[in-house]
Amino acid sequence: MPEKLLFRGARVIDPASGRDAVADVLVSDGLVGAVAQRIDPSGAAVLDCDGLVLGPGLVDLHTHLREPGREDKETVESGCRAAAAGGYTAVSPMANTDPVADTAAVVHEVRALAARAGLCDVFPVGAITKGLEGEAMAELGEMVEAGVRVFSDDGRCVPNARVLRNALTYARTFDDVVIAEHCEDASLAEGGQMHEGYYSYTLGLAGQPREAEEVVVGRDLAIARLTGGRLHLCHLSSAGSVEMVRRAKAEGLRVTAEVTPHHLVFADEDLVSYDTNLKVNPPIRSAEDRDALHAGLADGTIDAVATDHAPHAVEEKEAEFDHAPPGTIGLETALAVVMTELVLSGRLALARAIEAMSIAPARILGAADHGGPIGPGRPANLVVFDPASEWVVEPPFASRSRNSAFLGRTLRGRVVHTVYRGELVVSEGKTQR
Amino acid sequence: MKKHLLSINDLTAEDVVRILDTAESFREVGTRVIKKVPALRGRTVVNLFYENSTRTRISFELAAKRLSADVINFSTGGSSVAKGESLKDTALTLQAMGADAIVIRHSSSGSPHQLTKWVKASVLNAGDGTHEHPTQALLDLYTIRERLGRIEGLRAAIIGDVLHSRVARSLSFGLVKMGAEVTLVGPPTLIPPEAPAWGVQVSHDIDSVLPKLDVCYMLRVQRERQRQQYFPSVREYSRLFGLTRERVGALPEGALIMHPGPMNRGIEIDSDVADLPQAVIEAQVTNGIAIRMSLLYLLLGGTGEEVGEVA
Repeated sequence: MPEKLLFRGARVIDPASGRDAVADVLVSDGLVGAVAQRIDPSGAAVLDCDGLVLGPGLVDLHTHLREPGREDKETVESGCRAAAAGGYTAVSPMANTDPVADTAAVVHEVRALAARAGLCDVFPVGAITKGLEGEAMAELGEMVEAGVRVFSDDGRCVPNARVLRNALTYARTFDDVVIAEHCEDASLAEGGQMHEGYYSYTLGLAGQPREAEEVVVGRDLAIARLTGGRLHLCHLSSAGSVEMVRRAKAEGLRVTAEVTPHHLVFADEDLVSYDTNLKVNPPIRSAEDRDALHAGLADGTIDAVATDHAPHAVEEKEAEFDHAPPGTIGLETALAVVMTELVLSGRLALARAIEAMSIAPARILGAADHGGPIGPGRPANLVVFDPASEWVVEPPFASRSRNSAFLGRTLRGRVVHTVYRGELVVSEGKTQR
Repeated sequence: MKKHLLSINDLTAEDVVRILDTAESFREVGTRVIKKVPALRGRTVVNLFYENSTRTRISFELAAKRLSADVINFSTGGSSVAKGESLKDTALTLQAMGADAIVIRHSSSGSPHQLTKWVKASVLNAGDGTHEHPTQALLDLYTIRERLGRIEGLRAAIIGDVLHSRVARSLSFGLVKMGAEVTLVGPPTLIPPEAPAWGVQVSHDIDSVLPKLDVCYMLRVQRERQRQQYFPSVREYSRLFGLTRERVGALPEGALIMHPGPMNRGIEIDSDVADLPQAVIEAQVTNGIAIRMSLLYLLLGGTGEEVGEVA
C-alpha cells in the first residue's frame, strides 16, 4: 500500500469546518495532509472521486457486537467489518454481553479484540449497574480509566429512580461522562410485540404503548434536572418523547438523543407481513411518530442517528413472531437508508445527515479523532460514498447475521471507500482485510 | 379466491357467499348413511395443531375424510420452541411429504402467515393466537344465514373478551363485510380502543344492547384474565356481562344465542340459557364440518359448479 492517498475531485462535506465544496484530499501517514482545489499527485495513489461525497467517517453510538458470549451472532471482528463496510470508523458496543461489560476487564478484552481487527475504533459502553440488574452501581471510575465515556444498561432502563439519580450524580466525578438510557417501563411494555394501536389489535399481537417509553423519558428528564447529570436517551420512537426532549433542551438540561434508521423508515402498518425482522425494541411506531422523528432529527432535537445494530441467529428470527428476539442489523445499511429515505426525498439536508451520523455521535462519545474537521494534521477517518448509486439489500453481509429489516429493499447511496487512520479498509466497496 | 385462508379479510363478500353456498351442498352429505364423496381423493391434508383443540381438529379431520382426502394429524402442545423443532423445519418436512393443504392451529399470532413463506401447500388458519379464526366465523355466518335467512341488515352483538378473542376479530370482520351491524360489548379493559375502525360499535352496557339484537354471540372468558387484572373477579364479570337467566328475556323473540365453545357455564352464559331452543350452539358445531369441507374443496381447486355433481 502506498504511503499517500489522493482523493481527487470529491464533494467534500465537512460540517465541522462548514466546508461543502469540490476539492482534493491528500492522506499520508494516517493523517489528512491537505485539502485544496488542486493537489499535486506525485508520490500518491490517486483515487478518482468525481461525483462522490467525501465526509468524516461515520460514528455509531449504539452497536451490539455480541462478543463475549454470542459469537455465533457477531464477533468484534465481524461487527467491525460490517461497520467499515457501512462507512463507520468508530462504533460503541453496548454492555449487554455475556459476561456483561460491567468491569474494566471486559472493556479491556473488547478493546483488545478491536485492536486486533484493526478495522475501526471501538469505544465500549460500560454497564451502569452490576450485571445490568438495575440495583448496585458498577465501578464506573475503573471503567472510565479503561477509556469508557458512555454508560448504559441498554436493553432495559434503570428501573429504580434513586439508582439512576445516584448514577447521574456520581458520574459528575468524571469529565463528560454520559449516562445513556433505554427508556422503557417494564410493566407497561411487558409482553408487547409491537406498537399498541389499530394494527396491534387487528393483527392480534400484544401491544406496547408509546407511553411505556414516554413515562421513562419524563422521569429521566426530571432526574437530569434534579442532578445536573449528563443524560443521553437511546433510540427514541415516539412523538411525545421528541417533544419532551425539545422542551428539556430549551430549558438547558444536559441531554442528547438518538434515533435509529429503522424508526425513521417504517411504520406499524408494515408489520402486517409478520416479518420478524421488523420486530425491534422499542417497537416501530405509527406514521405520525415517524414524522415527528424526522422533524426532531432535522431541527437538532435528536442529535444523532444510531443503528442499534442487533445481530440475531437465523433460527431465532425464523420463529413465531412472539418467540423471535427483537432487533435488526443496521451498520451496513444506515447511510443508504438515511440517504434514500431522508436526504434524497428532500426531508433532510445532506450536511445535517452527515453531522448526525458523524460529528454529533463523536462529540457524545468524546471521540476526538472522529467527526472531523477534515484538515491538515487531523487523523484521517473518512468515508467516501456515491450518493445516488442504487443497490438491493440482500445477503451476503459482512455481519455474521442477516436479520435486516431492510432485506429486499432498493436503496440509493453506496459506500465506496472507508479510510480508517489513513488506511483504506474498504476500497471500491470491498473490505481490504 | 386466494390460495390461502389466513384472515376473513382475504375474502370478498362474493367469496363468502360462494363458500356458504358450497357448504350448503356439502351439508347434505353429512345426513347420508354413507357420509363420503370422492372430491379430494388422492389429496393430502395435514392438521398441524400446536394448541390443544379437540373440536376444531376433529371437525377438520371429518371434513377432509368426508371428501376422501388422506388426512394426517400432527398435534403437539405448546410452541415449536417447546417441541424442539422449528415451525419452519416442521413445515418443510410436511412439504416434503407432499401436503396439499396444511390446517394450522397455533398459539402465536401470525404463524399461518409465516407458514405461507415456506410451503407451496394451501394454508388454512384454524386459529392463531389472538389474531383470527376465520373458519369459525364462516360457520357462524352459515348458521346465522341458515336460521335467519340473511345476514345483511341484522344486528349482532359480540359480548366478552374481545381483546384476546380470535373468534371476535374474524366474526366482526365477517359480519361487517356481509352488511350486518355489529356491537362489541365488554368492560373497556377487554375491548380494543381502536375497534371502531373495524366498522363496529362499542358498548359497555349489555342491558341496553340486548333488546335490539338478532344475534347475541357470547365469548368464552378465561379465568386467567382475572389474575391479569382485566376485571376484579369472575363473579363481578358474570353480574355485569354474563348472559343470565334474568337477562335473556330482554332478547327479542327469534334472536339467536351463539357461542363458539367450549362454554364456561355459569360465567359468561347461564347453564339454562345455553340449553334454550334459540341457543344454536350445537348447530354451529354441525355446520362447522360442512364449512370446512367447502373451504378445503374450494382452496384445493374445486370450482363450486362441480359440487352439485360430486356431492
